Amino acid sequence: MANHTIATNVYVSFLDKKGFLSWFLTTDHKRIGILYLISISFFFLIAGTIALLMRFELLTPASDFVSPHTYNVLFTLHGSLMVFFFIVPGLAASFGNFLIPLMIGAPDVSFPKLNLASYWIYLLGTIIMLFALLQPADTGWTFYTPYSANTDADVILITLGVFVLGFSSILTGLNFIVTIHKMRAPGMTWHRLPLFIWASYATAILQLLATPVVGITLLLLIAERSLGVGFFDPAKGGDPVLFQNFFWFYSHPAVYIMIIPAMGVISEIIPVFSRKPIFGYKAIAYSSLGIAFISFLVWAHHMFTSGISEVAATIFSFLTFLVAIPTAIKVFNWVATLYKGSIELHSAMLYALGFIFLFTIGGLTGVFLGALAADIHLHDTYFIVAHMHYVMIGGTVMGFFGAIHFWYPKWFGKMFNESVAKLSWFLIFVGFNITFFPQFFLGIQGMPRRYATYPEEFQSLMALSTYGSWILGLGILIMTVNLLKGLFSVEKAPQNPYGSLSLEWQVPSPPPLENFAEIPHVTDWSYGYGKKKEVDA
Amino acid sequence: MEESHGHIHHMDPEVEYSSSKLGMWLFLGTEIMLFGGLFAAYAIFRAKYPEMFLESHQELNREMGAINTCILIFSSLTMAIAVTAIQKGKRKMAGLFILVTIICGLGFGVVKYFEYGAKFAHHIYPDTNIFFSLYFMMTGLHMIHVFIGLVVLGVIMVLTFKGKFNEKYSTPVEMGGLYWHLVDLIWIYLFPLLYLVG
Repeated sequence: MANHTIATNVYVSFLDKKGFLSWFLTTDHKRIGILYLISISFFFLIAGTIALLMRFELLTPASDFVSPHTYNVLFTLHGSLMVFFFIVPGLAASFGNFLIPLMIGAPDVSFPKLNLASYWIYLLGTIIMLFALLQPADTGWTFYTPYSANTDADVILITLGVFVLGFSSILTGLNFIVTIHKMRAPGMTWHRLPLFIWASYATAILQLLATPVVGITLLLLIAERSLGVGFFDPAKGGDPVLFQNFFWFYSHPAVYIMIIPAMGVISEIIPVFSRKPIFGYKAIAYSSLGIAFISFLVWAHHMFTSGISEVAATIFSFLTFLVAIPTAIKVFNWVATLYKGSIELHSAMLYALGFIFLFTIGGLTGVFLGALAADIHLHDTYFIVAHMHYVMIGGTVMGFFGAIHFWYPKWFGKMFNESVAKLSWFLIFVGFNITFFPQFFLGIQGMPRRYATYPEEFQSLMALSTYGSWILGLGILIMTVNLLKGLFSVEKAPQNPYGSLSLEWQVPSPPPLENFAEIPHVTDWSYGYGKKKEVDA
Repeated sequence: MEESHGHIHHMDPEVEYSSSKLGMWLFLGTEIMLFGGLFAAYAIFRAKYPEMFLESHQELNREMGAINTCILIFSSLTMAIAVTAIQKGKRKMAGLFILVTIICGLGFGVVKYFEYGAKFAHHIYPDTNIFFSLYFMMTGLHMIHVFIGLVVLGVIMVLTFKGKFNEKYSTPVEMGGLYWHLVDLIWIYLFPLLYLVG
């Protein structure tokens, strides 16, 4: 690899230095981004494999592959790993780290050492988590009391792991907010910022304000188990619903911590492959902040069946519908950007289009769940499982895969096989829909989630869902192999393969250690496609 | 931040200062959210069990609580003096006042030790009732923050005496000060809520 770099142009790429310590002690935001990318991808593959095991168990009505207890452990691990170890750090920590300084024209984030500390804290959390596997919890990823306070399984270790991860999330968010405020290149005004930056900013605010609350909640749960504190225990005058209030006060905003960066990715991919300026720039930018704000006001919509008052439920239901407004603003603006565009179906673009399609289904089915009467019927059924996966896989994971395919040449200076990428996208898209669309019907028919067994009449839909999971798994396997194989290809990526106007494409691939030989002077936004381009020096 | 493993940053000192300040204030915001959860629990349970709060709070030692409040407010003053001193380049004075602040923090810990000891002697533990659960969780979490503050201030004090800071560069002293004021501020809410308001 190094030979080719030297042969073409003389500069030190951030990937050139070798050795374990050069990675473990790095304060380079691009390398830290890679460390996160590897870590979260690892947990994504592990947790995804666990999901395949669960789907395999559900092929038949009886629990013949794993015992019901093992099944409980599996869905707890699947949920906890996916949520806390993959999707919450996810795009924000991996691509956020890589892209934010490059996109705003900065040499690095504001606090590079703190950035490395965030990653170490993430690692510490994962190590605690691995120890927790010795006696795995069976509470589900939500750790609801009273069960989580009473079960024999080791809840303390896994919640401690999540608590530690929270620090990592907070420090990363803090770093990004300060970076976006203080490190923008001259001329990079707020309204010239790429939309991924706006999305990262909104995400960082959520990380800062919401994460401490889950921190204290899990701390109280640990105190409940270790010190006999009784905030969530009715026998001691406590209230288990309080745990749910606390938990969702974080975990609902956390849903947007997961999805907003993916929305930012889509806002970057679509204009490039439509060759059109993004439609409604300010509307998309401010709708990220709008979603962040509303996300703090809707948490109790997870609790309509938990015994909260009708007045509270009605208010939360109404507020929940408000989320649809900024979300729809984004979707309409993306579609308007596509309209009459000169569309190129690059694999990254396919993921972006997949996002719009699947996320819209996920979002609209969320409206069903926000409606009080419908939610009583659909709560804790496969309908919610399907809805959530349409948002999380159809939304965030599509955005994540899109981001990998889009920035891959920039990040690694290599190319993957585009035809194989398209094939894997097709398998993932089809497999995903076959897996999760039947679950809407299962849920409407009343099949509750989190059971290892089910009545005979659900078998055809359940089996269909399992077959779909195999196609989905195959697609992800092919994609992973294709991306890994690309790393060893001889073909070198050009500096700017898609003719993007964003700053990160104006430096060599992979970027030099210092990002910019000279801090750029920004004179225009990065979406001026189809018009006379500003030529960068 | 000037040297970081082959990755050299030339950050404008002005930008570095304002970045640190913004970062610190954001961090303090997260601390407020952390304690906010406990304050919310306090509000909920106090509304639910006013009699329990009335009865149980009489078990707390107001004198000790008041002494600790005075100690912490005084330590905030000495910390503020230390920050002003280092901004004027008076290293020795700054270091001495940080030392006084640390002694105050230790004094706070000693008083708290006797308070907790007295509670345990009366068989009052975190699981006694909801009020004492709140009392131990809130003051305990605060105490952890005091200890962290003492470590941070200890390091800053040593660096101050070593002459690492001056009128041009005193960011860590200021940031340590901000953190210490937050610790003080949280106690100023805890004291009346737990000890005084029956």
